[in-house]
Amino acid sequence: MTLLEVANISKRFGDLVAVDNVSMSVAAGELRAVIGPNGAGKTTFFNMISGFLSPSAGRIVFDGADITRLLPARRVWRGIARTFQITEVFPELTTRENLRIAVEAASGYRLRPWLSRQADGEVRARVGELLDLSGLSEAADRLVGELAHGDQRATEIMMALALKPRLLLLDEPTAGMGEQETYDITRLIRRLHREQNLTIILIEHDMRVVFHLADRITVLAEGAMLADGTPQEIARDEAVQTAYLGKAA
Amino acid sequence: MPALDKRAGDVLIWFLLLSAPFWLPAVGSYVELGSHVVVYALAAMALNFLLGYTGVLSFGHAAYFGLGAYGTAMTIKYLYPSTPVGMLVGVAVSTAAAALIGPMIVRLRGVYFAMCTIAFGQVFYFIAFQWRSGTGGDDGVSAWHRMPLDFGFFHIDILNNPAAFYYFAVAIFAASAALMAFLLRSPFGRTLLAIRENERRARFLGIPVDRHIWISWVISCAFAGLAGTLFALMNNFVDPRALRWDQSGDFVIMAVLGGMRSFWGPLIGAAIFLVLQDYISSHTENWMSFIGLFFVLVVLFFPRGVLGIVRRRSAP
Repeated sequence: MTLLEVANISKRFGDLVAVDNVSMSVAAGELRAVIGPNGAGKTTFFNMISGFLSPSAGRIVFDGADITRLLPARRVWRGIARTFQITEVFPELTTRENLRIAVEAASGYRLRPWLSRQADGEVRARVGELLDLSGLSEAADRLVGELAHGDQRATEIMMALALKPRLLLLDEPTAGMGEQETYDITRLIRRLHREQNLTIILIEHDMRVVFHLADRITVLAEGAMLADGTPQEIARDEAVQTAYLGKAA
Repeated sequence: MPALDKRAGDVLIWFLLLSAPFWLPAVGSYVELGSHVVVYALAAMALNFLLGYTGVLSFGHAAYFGLGAYGTAMTIKYLYPSTPVGMLVGVAVSTAAAALIGPMIVRLRGVYFAMCTIAFGQVFYFIAFQWRSGTGGDDGVSAWHRMPLDFGFFHIDILNNPAAFYYFAVAIFAASAALMAFLLRSPFGRTLLAIRENERRARFLGIPVDRHIWISWVISCAFAGLAGTLFALMNNFVDPRALRWDQSGDFVIMAVLGGMRSFWGPLIGAAIFLVLQDYISSHTENWMSFIGLFFVLVVLFFPRGVLGIVRRRSAP
């Protein structure tokens, strides 16, 4: 079943064509990597799916409904969650509070002046689950702004996960991380994909991470789609090698 | 330990507030100054609901403070001589004005939001200034006074007994502070913190940010209006200065001076501001330059305000 269908979308900023007529179809349960050299339009492409930018042309269909013009919050309500290239968290609140805000937003409690004892218990339990799942329990009561970069990133991913998304968009989840942190985040993403059967699209520069995780890979170059296929197909693709992998090697 | 410190701080603050009429004369002051502090503190805490806990700077809160004051004064003078009725009208007027103006400004951020709040504030200032037949123009609304509270079975003379008025103001302040603290600890309060901390993240958690800023704005202005009603009652008078932008600036100074990330910060800030003003203005007309200098020093060296210093000291 197709969960996300992106049809011929483009984004122009004045004369600059950042994304040019790109199409992509993502099946439910798939882990898709979007790769490409710097300036290929990957983040712009992502921003159009999450509603941060609206496309100049084309259509985005999520779970059978056209979401091309929906506001970001409404896309979240339909089940699309995202993280950012530069981690976006609530730095002066604790990890637990960060997750709690996300859980309450997801439960529709964001306007409530109080919670029943039962609802409060459910929120706490869900926050506890997310802390356990991410291995952040020990950092639960520390300010997120004081955590290591990898833990901040993990917090952001868990906040997105707290929304119980059907599609999770991760923009360079391992950017700026050391070996160990990259390994930990990769393992976390793989667990979310395998154990929760979550559909994930990720932008990633680290080819080890990409080939380790992805079911399928979409390659962008200079705003246009260069290739789309399984990791084996992409590894063999000559156009990709010259445009991208060749340069990296 | 921090939880214990906080509780000790709460107890100390309430003890000082409740015992003020007994110790203020002993330190060479007077009960009326206590009432001033409580009234301004309520306005500064109301502002801080928006500034410190939603991350939105309003430079026009005097408009809603002044609308509360004018609403109360004009109701008691022209319509119905009752303190509670006057207060209800005052709060209703300022809340309604904030609710109507809100949608026009909540999309703006930072300095643009601040400038628009000033602009709307000045609109009310000029109305009060020009509408001589209703507001008395520059002369203000005078020749009326607050009415003693009469609950049928008992009677409180807040008109002639300064201590009675002080406790009346403290009671309103306490109820307002409790309600604000309650809201800030709720899921709604956490949503506001989320907007303050990172608007982009909040938006991508599915939070309609502008709508929540509007609600926070209306709550904040309603409490500022309530403080304004007390201000009019305290002085038995109101004039257009209560609405003017420099009055808004005073509220911002109080909140920042005391510490806008602390619940009690604006109270401390209001107390310091008014005590300095009271003390220095009896020696020199240039009292504002001294407060300004003190403000600059605090902002430069202790950006978290006076309570920020205390908190840093007590941290392990």
